[in-house]
This record gives sequence, structure tokens and C-alpha cells, in this order.
Amino acid sequence: MNIRYQQIQGRSLGFYALVAGLGVFILAALGSVYYMEHNGHFVTGMNNRIVWGLPHVFALFLIIAASGALNVASIASVFQKKLYKPLSRLSGLVALALLAGGLMVLVLDLGRPDRLIVAMTEYNFKSIFAWNIILYNGFFVIVAVYLWMMFERRMNKFSRKAGIAAFIWRLILTTGTGSIFGLLVARHAYDAMIMAPKFIAMSFSFGLAFFILILMASYKWSERPLGDVVLNRLRNLLGVFVAAVLYFVIVFHIGNIYLAENKNVAMLLFNTNSIYTNLFWYGQILLGSLVPLLLIYHPVFKGNRSVLGLASLLVLIGGIVQMYVLIIGGQAYPLEMFPGKEILEGYGELVIYQASLPEMLLGVGGVAVALIAVVFLIKFLPFLPESLADKVADPHHKA
Amino acid sequence: MSKKLNRRDFIKSTTASTAGVATIASGISLTTFAVNDNPVTKEKRWGMLVDINQLSESDIDNMVNACQEENGWGNETHSTGHQKPSWIKKIKVKDRATGKIDSLPMMCQHCEQPPCVDVCPTNASMRREDGVVLVDKHLCIGCRYCMMACPYDARSFVHENLSNQKEHMPRGKGTVESCTLCVHRVDKGGVPACAEAVSGEGVIFGDLYDADSKINQTLKKIQSTQIRADLNLNTGVRYSGI
Repeated sequence: MNIRYQQIQGRSLGFYALVAGLGVFILAALGSVYYMEHNGHFVTGMNNRIVWGLPHVFALFLIIAASGALNVASIASVFQKKLYKPLSRLSGLVALALLAGGLMVLVLDLGRPDRLIVAMTEYNFKSIFAWNIILYNGFFVIVAVYLWMMFERRMNKFSRKAGIAAFIWRLILTTGTGSIFGLLVARHAYDAMIMAPKFIAMSFSFGLAFFILILMASYKWSERPLGDVVLNRLRNLLGVFVAAVLYFVIVFHIGNIYLAENKNVAMLLFNTNSIYTNLFWYGQILLGSLVPLLLIYHPVFKGNRSVLGLASLLVLIGGIVQMYVLIIGGQAYPLEMFPGKEILEGYGELVIYQASLPEMLLGVGGVAVALIAVVFLIKFLPFLPESLADKVADPHHKA
Repeated sequence: MSKKLNRRDFIKSTTASTAGVATIASGISLTTFAVNDNPVTKEKRWGMLVDINQLSESDIDNMVNACQEENGWGNETHSTGHQKPSWIKKIKVKDRATGKIDSLPMMCQHCEQPPCVDVCPTNASMRREDGVVLVDKHLCIGCRYCMMACPYDARSFVHENLSNQKEHMPRGKGTVESCTLCVHRVDKGGVPACAEAVSGEGVIFGDLYDADSKINQTLKKIQSTQIRADLNLNTGVRYSGI
């Protein structure tokens, strides 16, 4: 059966309320940027020890999720799973939207965002950051071409090739994002190339959670049929990805505990009463990993959409907490400048960071930008299949 | 045909030994730089040897004060706590086994393989041919990745608008800065302000490559160390007595 794609009507009160609501967050974010850039970063909670604060947490979270959101399309075109094919267009869109939101936050938190042109024209090819600028821009181009191949009937025959290119590109991109931390040789909290595959696993998990929530919301609010076949498949996939992230987290930390030089920083997460310890255990592990796994795999919740939505939401919240522990916690732990010595004065204490309101608004604004991009584009272009009922999504499905 | 000099090469390879400044109206200056007879080359490697056994705590405080005075940092009115810049600071460490306590000045170590230069996306962080690590304030976009990469916590981000800056040391809100080894002095044949602030032999500044220099000769004789030597960065700042 041919899949028919159709724009959403987008004329309901609910639609306009959603756009207005997201618009308020975006305006608040822009106002915050003006305030922070006008005064300087002293109005934020950031300082010379916590140089990357809450905006980076949101920015990197969104950028990681962006590459992962493309996975649904990749499964269809690269691995040729037919069930995912109708979801491919939305997958590409969510990927681009999340990346746009993440990059907006990243750029607007620069000390000199007005010098963005410098970042586009002066490249240090030894810098993984410079590579990431190329990878992010390339991702926009490749995914846009991929979407065009999917939309334009005459170009459909190239969509698999474009999909493979996009899939390879996104793996390199997330490797690049992970390497931002993995290559920081001076910091014991990072400095491990396992960061790269760990970030790829995180991208699978966060990106799919975003995708599931956007898919469920758009079908519910546009009153289109969405069958259990699709959702159950996505649910199982999410479970695998959440477990994969947990695996990498465990391996990473066991490695740190084993190495004497990294033991202190590992212990920060295991036996102190700092905020980072609590966020790690209660936020990242319990709320963001174990509870979602329970909600996904426990037989009682089988087929329950609200529970799947809740699990996806918890994966996202847990993801933000994970990025917070990684980025802020990793910086809060002092550099080991003098192995074998204790620093008494001048440096060395665990820094506590308190995010300011403008930083929070900027971060949330990035999410709002991503969502508003999706909302507008599904209104103006046919991204969503008219129906994802079981008999459409899977012709061999027997009720 | 000789290569045309761009701004970057200019900063890297010239030393503004003579700068004529003519004020033609309030706020407008014409600055002319004379080409230096003694250009920056890799034949030199500026370095500093800090002998902490010869430095008292007040010596280190004097070094910090001299740096502040020379380069005009430390008077920020809005920045609080860790937001305040610190180009050089006094660190006190205690040996976990013996309990021996040492105080030392900590600043940019002017690495031969500087992680800050490696990670900088725009080439704003750079290393001059003679080993001095600097930030080009015109190229810095304020991403702070260099601060993440520096093993010595040596860099500061300017968190607020600044006024009354030193003419020889322009700084700017939203960019990163650190010890310049007082290149504006060194290029005129002087020594960094911190080294000058210490009487005696506690801090020796000079050309590490010059076999006749005091720093070279002293380093041949005494035991010295590089902080985080395990990272293999080959620092220009060396310590003895730790």
C-alpha cells in the first residue's frame, strides 16, 4: 500500500496556542541573550572554573539528540526495514530541528557571538571544535538533500544512497561531539575516547525519545490514526538504546575506578554528598535509565501509550541530567595538577555552580526553537503520513 | 617575491619595539609600528625558572601584584569569586606522604605543545615562534574551549565591560586572556613584571636555548621539574624545589 503524506491543517486553537507558547519561550531566550551579552557573563552562574554552564548542557543535549533522531530514517533506508519508511521524513525533520535549536544555544552563549563569521572563516584543523563546525553544517546539507530525495518522486531512487551518506555522516558527527570531551587530556573527568561511542549511544536514546514524543503528540493533536505496531517497535528500540547508554556509563566509570589517577574523580560520583552525586544516582541512573527500562519492559505496561510517553520524557530529563553531571560535574572537579599532593590554598576545591535564570531560559529556548520548527514545517510540507494505522504501517499485520 | 604580511603574522613575528602614537582628535589615534631589527624566531625559546625554595609567600604575592599592575587586571567591579581574572596565582600544596608544604606561583606555562592552541577553533590561541603562548583578541570568539583544555587553570574569561585599560595590554569582554610572559617588555629587551618583582634568584627569566643565558646554565646544574610533565607538553616555565 502506498503511503500518503499530508500537511497538518494547523488552524485549530490548540495549534495557535502551541505556537504562541513556544514563541514566548523563544522571546524569553532572546531577551536573556541580550541581557547576558550586554552585561557580560558575570550575570550568569558561569565563571573561570565552570566555563561551560547550563546553556552548554542544553546545547550539547540537543545536538546529540539531533543526530540520534535521524536513526529512524536510517533504519528504513540503510537497513531497509519497511516499517520505518513512513517515519523517515519526520525523522529527518526532527534531526534538523533539534540541531538548529542546539546550535542556536551554543552560538548565543559565546563570549562574542557577533564574531560567528570568524568561526566560519578561520579554521584550525587540529581543533575538534573546528571540525564540529564543519560536521554540523554538513549535517544540515546532507539531511536536507536526503529529505529532498524522499519528497521528490523522481529522486526517490537516490534516497537510499543519501540515507547511507547521512547515516555515516551522523556517526562521524557524534564521534566529533564526544571527542570534544574525549580529547581533553588534562581533565580526568573526560580524557577517554570511550566518550565517542558513549555519545553515539546517548544520541540513539535521546533522539528516539524526542522522536516518539513528537510522533505521538502530532498524531494525537491532528487526530490521525497511529497504530500499536509502529509504537511497539519504537518502544522496544528505545529500551535497547537506554540499556546501551547504561552499559557505556558503567564501563566508563568502572574504568575510572580501576585507574588510580582517575579514582578521585570517579569517587566524586560515588561517595560524596555533592549535588553531582545525587544528580548522577537519582537523576541519571534511577529516573533516566532504570525507571524508563521498567516502564518499557514490564509486562504490566505493555501497549500502554501514556507509559511510553512517560518513559520517553524520563529519558529526556535523565539525558539533561546526564549532560549536567558530565559537563558541570566534570569541570567542578579540580584539575589534578600535583599528583601526590593536596592543594591547601589558591585552587583545588570542588566548585558548586548555580545556574542563573537567563541561562535556563536560553537553554529551554533552544528546545522551543526545535519544536516550533517541527510545528511549522509539518504544517507547510507533507512530512506526516495521513495514517499510521496498523494495516497501513504493516500490511501483513493481523489484528 | 616576499610574502605579504597579514595581521596574524604581524602579531606573531614582529615586536613592536617602537610605536609612535599620534593623537589627532579625542579618541582617535594613529599608530605606526617600526619593523623590528630583531624579529621573533624559533632560534629563541623564552622560559622561566621558578625556584620555590628561594621564594617567600610575600615574594609570590609581589609577583601577583606586579602582574596586576603591569597588565591591568584585578580591578573588575562586577565579577565575583571565580569570575575574577587570575593571570597568575599563588598555590599552596602539601605532600600527602611527608606533609611538606610548598607555595608556588602558577600561570600559563607556555607549553611547546599547548593544548589550548590545539583546541582553539579559530586559531586565536597561538604560540609564537619563540615559545610565548598568546590569545589574539580579534579572533577569539569566547568559546572557552581553551579553558577546558588548559591543564594549569591558567586562563581567564573577561566577564564584564572594562575601562581604564593599559595601552600595551588591550583586553575585551567576552574573550579569553592569560599570562603573555609580558611580551611587550620582553620584545624591548626587558623581563616579565613578575620576574622583576622578585629580588634575588627566585625567578630566572631568559632564553632556554641560549647556552650562555643564566636560565640555561642553571637548568643544566640543578634538578628541575615541569608541572604535569606526564602530559609531555614541554613547558617553558620550570620549577625547582617542588
